[in-house]
Amino acid sequence: MKALVAVKRVVDYNVKVRAKADGSDVELNNVKMAINPFCEIAVEEAVRLKEAGTVEEVVVVSIGEKSCQEQIRTALALGADRGIHVEVDGRVEPLEVAKLLKGVVDQEQPSLVILGKQSIDGDNNQTGQMLGALANMGQGTFASEIKIDGDTIAVTREVDGGLQTLKLNLPAIVTTDLRLNEPRYASLPNIMKAKKKQLDVTTPADLGVELMSHVVQLSVAPPPERAAGIKVEDVAQLVDKLKNEAKVIS
Amino acid sequence: MSTLVIAEHDNATIKVATLNAVAAAQALGGDVDILVAGSSCDAAAQAAAQVPGVGKVLCADNAAYANQLAENVSLLIADVAASYDNIVAPATTNGKNTMPRVAALMNVAQVSDIISVESPDTFKRPIYAGNVIATVQSTDPKKVITVRTTAFDPVAAEGGSASVEEVGAVHDAGLSTFISEEVAESDRPELTAASVVISGGRGMQNGDNFQLLEGIADKLGAAIGASRAAVDAGFVPNDYQVGQTGKIVAPDLYIAVGISGAIQHLAGMKDSKIIVAINKDEDAPIFQVADYGLVADLFTALPEFEAAI
Repeated sequence: MKALVAVKRVVDYNVKVRAKADGSDVELNNVKMAINPFCEIAVEEAVRLKEAGTVEEVVVVSIGEKSCQEQIRTALALGADRGIHVEVDGRVEPLEVAKLLKGVVDQEQPSLVILGKQSIDGDNNQTGQMLGALANMGQGTFASEIKIDGDTIAVTREVDGGLQTLKLNLPAIVTTDLRLNEPRYASLPNIMKAKKKQLDVTTPADLGVELMSHVVQLSVAPPPERAAGIKVEDVAQLVDKLKNEAKVIS
Repeated sequence: MSTLVIAEHDNATIKVATLNAVAAAQALGGDVDILVAGSSCDAAAQAAAQVPGVGKVLCADNAAYANQLAENVSLLIADVAASYDNIVAPATTNGKNTMPRVAALMNVAQVSDIISVESPDTFKRPIYAGNVIATVQSTDPKKVITVRTTAFDPVAAEGGSASVEEVGAVHDAGLSTFISEEVAESDRPELTAASVVISGGRGMQNGDNFQLLEGIADKLGAAIGASRAAVDAGFVPNDYQVGQTGKIVAPDLYIAVGISGAIQHLAGMKDSKIIVAINKDEDAPIFQVADYGLVADLFTALPEFEAAI
């Protein structure tokens, strides 16, 4: 079977992002970019399925400007077989990303689509579920474990208060949570090999999608600051403050 | 204008998150109805009818909705949504799972995790792990919204008397089946509903040391949480995680132990009323948001603290 993995180019998770002084957008000049951490977990899971012999081919797709080919190459270095770049300028909203991915799904006919549960820039947590609706596939979101069995997949999900296990008909959508796996580091030989792997470029028009805007970002601002409090000397003073000043314990 | 709130419930009662979502719906203005979708969920529907200010409660009671399977419930919501301008749900794991599917079925965007309603089409929401607050305007004719529960004070649970209407429509997509659920067995309150939360970070060094938090949690009636670093290190399960990619909490008292205070974590707890930080590194960023900071080795401070309360 074939697995399709979607990856997004985002600001590296170590970068502390700031709003521009004029509040028009976040400052993204000269900041380090990387593959979204949840997408990296998605690539790792697909590669492990291939290593286990469950999946024959891992195709990785990214939507964005030409620079996102870097993240496709990263995924190829981690073990994906082939890349697809859907070339789009500027910000693309989750619903539009889902429509483009639906176009790729129609062309590639994967049995399994794995995505990160959310990207660490927009923090929307939408794309996988939207793709599920558009492609009429079942979804196992926030997955911490997956098991493929014939033409079904069992997905254990991280939900409020515990874990839930669902069985989905394939083809299906999985979105990754943190504990699904720990991604490997790409080796230098694999990074070199990745440069020669096939990477096709396509456009929204090729996929039959006309991009639309639904949500306008009017401004951005830093979050309200919380005033720093005091340092207490010892545990006794801490307990005294909590009892008699803050009155949060009795 | 009319808004449909999707209830978070366990078929017998409605969860507080529903009351937070109703508060956000009321901020939008206009009429507010509640949808309770479940199986044998009449009691939950009756409870929802007690919420003041609610016009009516729609009750979709069918085996297809038993475990909130997103494939089925999203078809139901998109169907019912035809009569509403806004569809609002709390940003719980259920809401996050189902609502984007609803939005895609309706061919509209979802505005995720709003923290304020500026006007009926303009909202504030955190992005970049809470480093930045974006003000966004939806241009869609109908709006699908999830609500950060800690940002909206819950409305009263009782005092109203809305009518309950049965929704007969049955939507079974036939794509998914519920297998099992492992609910963490605990006498402690749920993390997002607790009035006191004590969380451990990488400084706890291993999972066994979380026992040091348990005695304190028992005495304070607190829930136990963790930073993403502690979850990543495998000390505790992911459902302990407090932060932008985990749970968002706002208790009366939040005690951060051995947590440095990465922005990812702060985004999940900085709306707590009182924050206590215990960390041996006096430069840890957590102290910048703490009302009371104690620079100390947690392995000596925690037993002392437990004895003193």
